[in-house]
Amino acid sequence: MPPRPRADEVVRLDDIKRHYTVGDEVVRALDGVSFTIRKGSYWAIMGPSGSGKSTMLNILGCLDRPSHGAYWLNSENVAEMDDDELSDHRLRNLGFVFQSFHLIPQLTVCENIEVPMLYLGLPQAERTRKAEILAERVGMSHRLRHLPSELSGGQRQRVAVARALANDPAVLLADEPTGNLDSATSVQIMGLFQELYEQGKTVILVTHEPDIATYAKSCVVLKDGRVQSLQGEGA
Amino acid sequence: MNQLQYFWPFIRLGLTDVWRHKTRSFLTMLGMVFGVGSVIAMLAVGEGASQQALDSIKRLGSQNIMVMSVKPTSAESGSTGAQRGSLAVYGLLYEDEDRIKETVPGVLLTVPARMTRRNARLGERQLELRVVETIPDWFEVVQRPVLAGRVLTEGDVRECANVCVLTEHGVRRLLAAEEMIGQRIRIASGVFEVIGIVKNETGGTVRAPDSEADGYIPISTGTRLFGEANIRYSAGGMEGEKVELGQIIVKMSDTDAVEPGSKAIEAVLSRFHKKRDFKIDVPLTLLKEAERTKRTYNIVLGAIAGISLLVGGIGIMNIMLASVTERTKEIGIRRAIGARRSRIVIQFLINTCVLSIGGGLVGLLVGVCIPMLITLFTGMITVIQPYSLFLAFGISAGIGIVFGLYPAMRAASLDPIEALRHE
Repeated sequence: MPPRPRADEVVRLDDIKRHYTVGDEVVRALDGVSFTIRKGSYWAIMGPSGSGKSTMLNILGCLDRPSHGAYWLNSENVAEMDDDELSDHRLRNLGFVFQSFHLIPQLTVCENIEVPMLYLGLPQAERTRKAEILAERVGMSHRLRHLPSELSGGQRQRVAVARALANDPAVLLADEPTGNLDSATSVQIMGLFQELYEQGKTVILVTHEPDIATYAKSCVVLKDGRVQSLQGEGA
Repeated sequence: MNQLQYFWPFIRLGLTDVWRHKTRSFLTMLGMVFGVGSVIAMLAVGEGASQQALDSIKRLGSQNIMVMSVKPTSAESGSTGAQRGSLAVYGLLYEDEDRIKETVPGVLLTVPARMTRRNARLGERQLELRVVETIPDWFEVVQRPVLAGRVLTEGDVRECANVCVLTEHGVRRLLAAEEMIGQRIRIASGVFEVIGIVKNETGGTVRAPDSEADGYIPISTGTRLFGEANIRYSAGGMEGEKVELGQIIVKMSDTDAVEPGSKAIEAVLSRFHKKRDFKIDVPLTLLKEAERTKRTYNIVLGAIAGISLLVGGIGIMNIMLASVTERTKEIGIRRAIGARRSRIVIQFLINTCVLSIGGGLVGLLVGVCIPMLITLFTGMITVIQPYSLFLAFGISAGIGIVFGLYPAMRAASLDPIEALRHE
């Protein structure tokens, strides 16, 4: 058994494997990936399609469990958790930002930001108060009562970032956050992540665009389910 | 309080969801509306009908045993040909009354009565009256409120007085607007003074000892004037029957004595009546029977209403399954954010309950209105029992949970990764 992670290691992957059986064939989406991410760092996970990037994202995001290996998130081994524990882990330790925003269409901006706090059990008044602060932080406080359908793509992504920050997660996990945005808006959103990094957040960026990856301070490149290269402070 | 704070956003979400799909929600709720409405309405109609039956039986008196003369069947009394032109003698006797009084334990009163149909007239007006020749105790056993005057007394019987008590119904047809008490009316061959008026029995589906236009006269007067034979003349000659007593009403000391009492009466009478020319009716038995019938009635009606509720519930389930498919992505988002499966189940259950309880509330209104309309248009008595409202409401909430559970479980069991990818 590999040693437990050090206190400043927010993510530690030890020989992560993820195998699927498709028919008679075993697909090795991840085949022994190991790296660590320190608290307050800014990482990009890169790789061409089919490299295991999506599987990596799902495992990092506690949506999937590895077939083998240990994944320590905030000093807890996620690989051994059941569905409810995984859900709680996502709720407390992870903030997702998706390529297509994934806001709940029938809820207002404020209500969307409140959703994670709702599941955490915060009272209504506190939820609203915090949501207003978060909206302010991403520059969306003038649109609190609007529905997502009334916002532009960039605005929706800002709301999604605010929602991801709602429970003050250990890791902000962004999956192609600029994939659906034009270049000007992309720059704004990346600026927002930069700000969050500077404020001490741990940011993991999953992308296939080298331009976007350059915003990160460190980079993992995956190929065929293995780590091809590690660059930056974590290497 | 904290729980409410947690549930409220989901209740509001359920409400807005219902509002967004107005037509769909309305049609889905309609199933619940009619289901709940029919449960309440059917129970009210059933309860009304059975209460009416029970009331009329209760009016016969639950402590009473009715012994009645019946014409024996021809096989026992000989061929009808031999009867032609002769007098058929059968039925209960005064002796029977004494025997019952002496041998059956727990008898409080016995009331002999003879009933015949006779013509009554007052001046121009005439009416076929059912004449009940009886004793004052009749009014003790078969209770009727006295509207005017007095009922028969021992004195009337002793003196063979030509007095009669009429029912309200008979009075109205015979005496019309004139002063009733003290009028002299002719009944068959006798002239009687009207001394009192009693209330008619209202409605009733079970044969009552008195009905419609009745006239009560002392039994002694009846014997003196009319005798005991009732002779009818027909084309083929004369046909007659002699019945000493039409019926004997036996009042027992309490309801527990009724059943053994009726058996004892049966035993006593059977010994002296070789031909079976009497029958025994026990209102208490009828009452118990009616109560059994009522229960069956309620079960059948309840089952029919239950089926319509089931159909309503299936409608809701169907819509919720569609809604789960429609909201797959939302479920994926919520799961990714960190909602446990149970939270998703609760969210969808609340959504279903909003539909079913909403429908149930409207159904409650419908269910209260339908029996009122029935009563208004048909005059049928309906009784809405409070428990049926709670029952119907409980069922509608229950259906929301039962039929919402499957779609909710399906929603919760979705794989978040797949659900997020769903378009």
